[in-house]
Amino acid sequence: MSSTATDWSTDVFREMKSRDIATVCTVPDGGLTQLLKMIEAERQMRLVTLSTEEEGIGIATGCWLGGSRAMIAMQSSGVGNCINALGLPSAFRAPCLMLVTMRGQWGEFNPWQVPMGQGVKPALEAVGVRCFPVDKPAEVAETFIAAADIAFNSRVSAAVLISQRVIGAKGFGQK
Amino acid sequence: MSVPSNKIQRRPFVAELLAKRGKALIVPGLGSPTWDCFAAGDSPNYLYSWGGMGLALPTALGIALAQPDRRVTCITGDGEIMMGIGSLAVVADQAPKNLSILVLDNEKFGETGRQRGLTSSRTDIAAVAKGFGIGQTMTVTEHGVVAELAKFLFETPGPVLAVAKIAVTEDPWKLPEKDGTNIAHRFRVALGLDQA
Repeated sequence: MSSTATDWSTDVFREMKSRDIATVCTVPDGGLTQLLKMIEAERQMRLVTLSTEEEGIGIATGCWLGGSRAMIAMQSSGVGNCINALGLPSAFRAPCLMLVTMRGQWGEFNPWQVPMGQGVKPALEAVGVRCFPVDKPAEVAETFIAAADIAFNSRVSAAVLISQRVIGAKGFGQK
Repeated sequence: MSVPSNKIQRRPFVAELLAKRGKALIVPGLGSPTWDCFAAGDSPNYLYSWGGMGLALPTALGIALAQPDRRVTCITGDGEIMMGIGSLAVVADQAPKNLSILVLDNEKFGETGRQRGLTSSRTDIAAVAKGFGIGQTMTVTEHGVVAELAKFLFETPGPVLAVAKIAVTEDPWKLPEKDGTNIAHRFRVALGLDQA
């Protein structure tokens, strides 16, 4: 699985750079490890560590208001923290691009992740975010491109939801 | 820690402060700080807010990162900043030299009926900011220090935070544009990012 994670992360990183995404805000997730490492090592990009995910919505909106592109990368549990905040880019008609690695769906071990995992897509859609789920590693890049381009070119909120099937379920050594 | 007497009158205080802002971009929090800025005289450099409680500072941080050569000042209330208090750690971590914060602290949730706020008993936002790693803070309790405060907010290398202990006052409604697309558009036009 690790080589697969490297592949889709490399693809997404390349597409982020080619779209001049200068700032990536995150509360990290295991599934984002490779991508976050690449961002941190890239001198042309800034990784902003958040205390809670909704801050990233404010920062990304502020970046656009100031003329630069940003996005938020987070685990599905963080989506719940963002719901009221998503009214901000919507009101300003600012682009808002989110990359979400899913928990609570494909073979989840931790029951505490399940309610939010199931609620991510309906909750995002209820506040007007276009969702782009993807469950095959080879399709992550094209899905990211579709979401990024509608977000930045049409100035709407869009979320790429990377399935736990792509990331792999964390088992904590249990059978 | 609560200062026993909140004496500063917010409207003349903010107006006098904003008169000294130079080219600073102002991000007022929702509610009274937004009304205060508009009451002091409209400007495309004011990013008025009508929602997203807790997001004034992250929004200001985003603008500060995107516009490193412009001063950005977030002017918000005690309740608004408390809702996103962790953002002070993010600001301290990113350490933008061009960002400053003013908290207008009347120890109340003013817009919803003046219910008591969390700064009314023991919480001291300036001390909290110091703990988060905001290098310089200032607490003002008198209108007379407005010139010193302006220097602190608009000239001192950031990130810096000031708390102004303001009185609970009955001010006339001064409601600016509320269509976010218009607020954002004129803000970006003033920065030369969009065509008028």
